[in-house]
Amino acid sequence: MDFAPHTDDDLAAMLAAIGKSDLADLYRHIPESLRVRGALNLPPGRSEDEVLGALARHAAANTPDTVCFAGGGAYDHYVPAVVGAVISRGELLTSYTPYQPEVSQGMLQALFEYQTVISELTGLPVSNASLYDGGSAVAEAVSMACVATRRNKVVLSAALDAPSRQIVRTYGHPLGREVAVVDHDDRGTTPAGQVADDVAAVVIAQPNSLGVVEDVRAQAEAAHAAGAKLIVKLEPTAVGLLATPGSQGADLVIGEGQPLGQGLSYGGPSFGFLACTHDQVRRLPGRVVGQTVDRRGTRGYVMTLRAREQDIRRERATSNICTNQTLCAVAALVYVTWLGPQGLRELAAACLSRARHAAARLTRVDGVELAVSGPFLKEFALRLQGVDPHAVVGGLLDAGYLIGPVVPDGPTAGAVMVAVTERRTAAEVEGLAEALADVLRTQRRELVAAAGPAAGPAAGGESA
Amino acid sequence: MPLMGDRLAAEPTVFERSRPGRRSATMPALDVAAVDPAEALPGVELAEAPPRLPEMGELDLLRHFTRLSHRNHGIDVGFYPLGSCSMKYNPRLAEVAAALPGFRQLHPWAPDAAAQGTLALLADLERWLCELTGLRAATFQPAAGAHGELTGLLLIRAYHSDRGDARRTIIVPDSAHGTNPASAAMSGYDVVTVPSGDGGLVDVDKLEDLVDESTAGLMLTNPNTLGLFELEIERIAAILHRVGALLYYDGANFNAIAGQVRPGDMGFDVVHLNVHKTFATPHGGGGPGAGPVVVSQRLAPYLPAPVVVRHDDGTWAWDADRPKSIGRLHGFHGNAAVLIRAYSYLLFHGGDGLQTMSAKAVLNANYVASKVSDVLPLGYGQHQPMHEFVATGKGLKAHGVRVTDLCKRLIDLGYHPPTNYFPLIVDEALMVEPTETESQETLDDFVAALRQIVAEAASDPQLLHDAPQTTPVTRLDEGRAGRELVLRWHPRSG
Ligand SMILES: Cc1ncc(COP(=O)(O)O)c(C=O)c1O
Repeated sequence: MDFAPHTDDDLAAMLAAIGKSDLADLYRHIPESLRVRGALNLPPGRSEDEVLGALARHAAANTPDTVCFAGGGAYDHYVPAVVGAVISRGELLTSYTPYQPEVSQGMLQALFEYQTVISELTGLPVSNASLYDGGSAVAEAVSMACVATRRNKVVLSAALDAPSRQIVRTYGHPLGREVAVVDHDDRGTTPAGQVADDVAAVVIAQPNSLGVVEDVRAQAEAAHAAGAKLIVKLEPTAVGLLATPGSQGADLVIGEGQPLGQGLSYGGPSFGFLACTHDQVRRLPGRVVGQTVDRRGTRGYVMTLRAREQDIRRERATSNICTNQTLCAVAALVYVTWLGPQGLRELAAACLSRARHAAARLTRVDGVELAVSGPFLKEFALRLQGVDPHAVVGGLLDAGYLIGPVVPDGPTAGAVMVAVTERRTAAEVEGLAEALADVLRTQRRELVAAAGPAAGPAAGGESA
Repeated sequence: MPLMGDRLAAEPTVFERSRPGRRSATMPALDVAAVDPAEALPGVELAEAPPRLPEMGELDLLRHFTRLSHRNHGIDVGFYPLGSCSMKYNPRLAEVAAALPGFRQLHPWAPDAAAQGTLALLADLERWLCELTGLRAATFQPAAGAHGELTGLLLIRAYHSDRGDARRTIIVPDSAHGTNPASAAMSGYDVVTVPSGDGGLVDVDKLEDLVDESTAGLMLTNPNTLGLFELEIERIAAILHRVGALLYYDGANFNAIAGQVRPGDMGFDVVHLNVHKTFATPHGGGGPGAGPVVVSQRLAPYLPAPVVVRHDDGTWAWDADRPKSIGRLHGFHGNAAVLIRAYSYLLFHGGDGLQTMSAKAVLNANYVASKVSDVLPLGYGQHQPMHEFVATGKGLKAHGVRVTDLCKRLIDLGYHPPTNYFPLIVDEALMVEPTETESQETLDDFVAALRQIVAEAASDPQLLHDAPQTTPVTRLDEGRAGRELVLRWHPRSG
């Protein structure tokens, strides 16, 4: 089965028109030894109904209908219906890169509006039209900083999420880029120590991967004193409450766009955003949309600064990126427009209130405490004493609650992240707290049993 | 304004439509104690005012974006023969599949036990992509073709350096897409260009001269960007493999050969597939796509971590314990929901459906080529094109007309223009990829439009220079955009 509309008569007429006897004839000039003979080892074609049935079975084998307290860059924020209504419009959904601006003004204007929104959220004047995701955006920003400073060393906060740190290494390795990591302190914040004068950039996250608010201003001063750039990976809903990193001196602000109207979808697609100061526009990766006029003087939009890009500059391009995440960027624009400034503030404030409530409740469970003491917004790290955190996450899943990720490395390794969005109710927090107490009790009992009879009575239970 | 006039009328920006105090969002009522941010966040610099986002009621919001959509062309609206992009029908069944709650609500850090359906699906998809490419293992992290190129080249680099073999160069044809040399540079390689011969295929003798022990690999699109199958691919592979270099397959043109010829059988070691092209996931105005990379056995140890594995008890899991891995390229697991769409597409087609799909794509391209090549000759006419063809509009220059003008005139006649000025080795290139989902009538009408425009170029060239006339804006001043750099809305910029 395929989606081609050809009837047998069409096929016959068209083949005759080009002097071919049959469809196979179209491949006959290719060396015979290379042509597939017979059927492929693939399932047979199916009807739409059957395909959707098979997909529904796969989807049902996932267990997403847990109460989601997971964070780590992706959050269970509500996605309003209007987002789907816009991005499922065929004119937008089924278009491609706006190479022909006269027939692409809708997308181009939307991207111009998106760039404006990102500029507002980051506090920097210039945004590109999206990158693949937050992780690759960190790597792209690092490349920009290395080119700008002609240095090849970066300092990453240990409280920059582990995947982003890995991506920076993967991108940097072939270019001989040196990567150093600074540990966070007991508060969970990155110390703004002296930066060596061969460092291209310092990279922190706001709030960081432990959920803690960093002192961007101090970081910017330290980086700038060494002639380095400050790159901030921003969780974008945070600026509903916090000052924008751009206003605090960050040179490059990037981030994972998932919290802005993207849904979870196992982490993709969403998008990465990247904003910078004016002096860096010619080093930006990817598409950038600019305003101009047409021959009649009517306002319109085009892709601009094209001489940076791979199709023109080839091996000297600022990046290889071509297809990016445009439709996700438009979804974010719709979401942010739906929120408005007051909505963003209310969202961030609601997350803060709910997260503080959840942290207070969960730390009343025996053997559960905050892993670090710094100020947090919607996400925080819990230390679970004397148990395997992965087993606890698994136990909670069975009880219908999702928390995580487990902090994989650094001074807080083994702590578990808990994120609380505007959707999480007091009753759900209560349910999580009770389930956690239960799971911890079971875990400790098992540990004791495994350690043998001499190990003494099981600790745990709930004191509150 | 006439009721249907909004299709051409200017649409103010979302900021100009904004009115202070308007809103769409509602938040769930707070059922916990409200926390005062200033108290809860001592010593933290708070925003004095929230960011200046648009303020709109929901109906005005929806109308704004609906009007923007009216100012945009997509496959759903009409023919879109954009070469190298496979702008075919994007089946809606895939949208329904990706939106199933079990997929949509799955958190990326959910434990493997909660993601068994998705992991099993990815494992199936890996198997199918291996079968289609003739290779052995895959990664799903790359979010698009160019991301896949970077991944593949890093794999090649890791392979060589694991053997203590420091190689410096990647060879790309002069017809290659810009992402190929750009990806090679990002991977730390020097780029060497191999010229095309008279027939538009890689000049294999010249290639032989360029290849030596410093060559890490060759990147090739096959069919190449002229739409021509590299007939000497086996000899090319032998030349590279003889010195220990590897072959990279740029899958942008896989729609021509899916199910007919397999890159692995041609000698390629690593492949990226643009699922937003071949497997018809919507292009979304420039993404999201996905660029899974499929490799031969010898490159498998270096794949990005983690990879999907099956435990003895039959459950699926991510395995991050890959000591030779190049690391990570995506913050989560890649564009999972795009891969679900690709999976649905493959399941619908089956093996035999893919074979008719690619053959009909080649048929449609050859049909159009045969009907226009007397007025718009092929850039390289010696070999039969595959799923796309590249014509040259250089004959129009005699009338002072360029391919851009022809393209803009096509817009007035109802068509999205083909890719133009690519590949760089064809003067006034016009790259036409009809895809298999277009009917004979659509193709006949398009042919008639092209022929009409070529005739107009001689009789009334001004018509072409003035085109398009039927769009919300006429030709835009790109020079001014680059000089003035208005990259965001300002209260004064209207
Ligand atoms: C021949 C060729 N190679 C590579 C690419 C890059 O693919 P993507 O845009 O998915 O990154 C393209 C896409 O436009 C292409 O046409």
